[in-house]
Amino acid sequence: MNNTQIKISTKNLNLYYGDNHAVKNINIRIEEKKVTALIGPSGCGKSTFLKTLNRMNDLIPYVRITGDVYFEDLDVYKDYDIVELRKRIGMVFQKPNPFPMSIYDNVAYGPRTHGIKAKEILDEIVKSSLEKAALWEEVKDRLKQNALGLSGGQQQRLCIARVLAVEPEVILMDEPTSALDPLATLKIEDLVHELRNNYTIIIVTHNMQQAARISDQTAFFLHGEVVEYGPTKKIFRVPEDKRTEDYITGRFG
Amino acid sequence: MKKRKIKETIQKAVIWLCAFITVAALAWIVIYIIANGLAHLNPDFIFSEYKGGKNGILPMILSTVYVVLLSVIIAAPIGVGAALYLVEYAKPGKLLYLVRFATETLAGIPSIIYGLFGFIFFVTILKFSFSLLSGALTLSIMVLPTVIRTTEEALKCVPVSYREGSLALGATKFQTIRGVVLPSAIPGVLTAVILSIGRIVGETAAVYLTAGMVTRFPGSMMDSGRTLSVHLYVLAKEGISFEEAFATAAILIITVALINLATNKAAGRLKRSFTSQDN
Repeated sequence: MNNTQIKISTKNLNLYYGDNHAVKNINIRIEEKKVTALIGPSGCGKSTFLKTLNRMNDLIPYVRITGDVYFEDLDVYKDYDIVELRKRIGMVFQKPNPFPMSIYDNVAYGPRTHGIKAKEILDEIVKSSLEKAALWEEVKDRLKQNALGLSGGQQQRLCIARVLAVEPEVILMDEPTSALDPLATLKIEDLVHELRNNYTIIIVTHNMQQAARISDQTAFFLHGEVVEYGPTKKIFRVPEDKRTEDYITGRFG
Repeated sequence: MKKRKIKETIQKAVIWLCAFITVAALAWIVIYIIANGLAHLNPDFIFSEYKGGKNGILPMILSTVYVVLLSVIIAAPIGVGAALYLVEYAKPGKLLYLVRFATETLAGIPSIIYGLFGFIFFVTILKFSFSLLSGALTLSIMVLPTVIRTTEEALKCVPVSYREGSLALGATKFQTIRGVVLPSAIPGVLTAVILSIGRIVGETAAVYLTAGMVTRFPGSMMDSGRTLSVHLYVLAKEGISFEEAFATAAILIITVALINLATNKAAGRLKRSFTSQDN
């Protein structure tokens, strides 16, 4: 356990939407190249917390954040250029959101944005990203077709490929399977399993079985606070807090 | 049960009737004009000048096309830029309120006032004299509110998820607008341009006060000229010839249709060039 690196940590992190105190005093240390699941009932602040890590909350007016988020040793809200930060911390959203353009252009969007123009390099990035996202075999003959023609599950894997194309170190996933059918969900879970070897993954899920299946660490959120955080096996077998036990045994939420 | 069914039938009939009246009125106008104009339409009328015993309308067709193109080239970029500012950059507050108020007021001003302003400002003060440029500048200001409002609506309809997706990949705000927001809004921008073309082509008062009424061939945008609508107005008002007026109206309708078609084509190409950035 001692040789694991801490990739992201927060110190007394609070977030307010106007008067609503949505995230309360979070102190958490996320390990490198592990899958960390954030679970909890709707409205418990887990998605909001996730979005503080790549500063997506900056888009929302009336949001106030106090405390610190550290990515490696640098303060996300002070030392980082936001473009550089989001390049290194990618994000997959709840609803698949491919752009209304071709499959190829979707994956090439990020690299192009960051200045890669040479066609051979882009071709290579598109291929390898789609392979890593387990989508290459299904789309290799129709890269020029519009991405909106793909099924929901394929769209979500395309969005993962799009994130992988900018070579992030961390991938944030905000309930990535909640809009998908069980088979598509299984494929995404397999993919997360593959990706954990090379990436630090933080996944928000309302599906407890999913958290149990794919994560190494689990944090249980309730009313904006982290009630319990630890190895997934321990959280699910011998939770320390009564509220955690009640939630995972389905007594509420 | 029976009563409900009767009610349902009546409601359906009323709605159907409304749709029918709208389409029928439009069809009637177009058919009436083209049918009346057709008798007088011949190559000599369309392709000759308006002098030396001939009463052709080629100079007017050219003036119309020039004024439309010039106005759209001026108004579209400024309008789209202003809409982008309002939707993407402006913070809610006094300035935003002021700009909104200004565009709404501009939209409500009668065109003759634009004409007077154009006459004083472009024709007299800037010394562009009666010219297609003065006309186009005046008309661009006139259609600016339409372009801004329609584009604004289109930009607001672009899903937030596109913006989030792009920003989360580390794209800057400008890259996001250029890469995913504008391409998705192109159909709306196209609507704005087509609406503007309609207003420009149909305008008379603001045009003859700024672009003049001379029936000559416009050689450059600094020449004066008479657009089809102005020509139509003169023909009808002075009772010169109602046959010619109808024929001119027919040509006017066809010209608008052709310009709209061309705009559609151009927008399609623009969208492709935006979304597929292949080298």
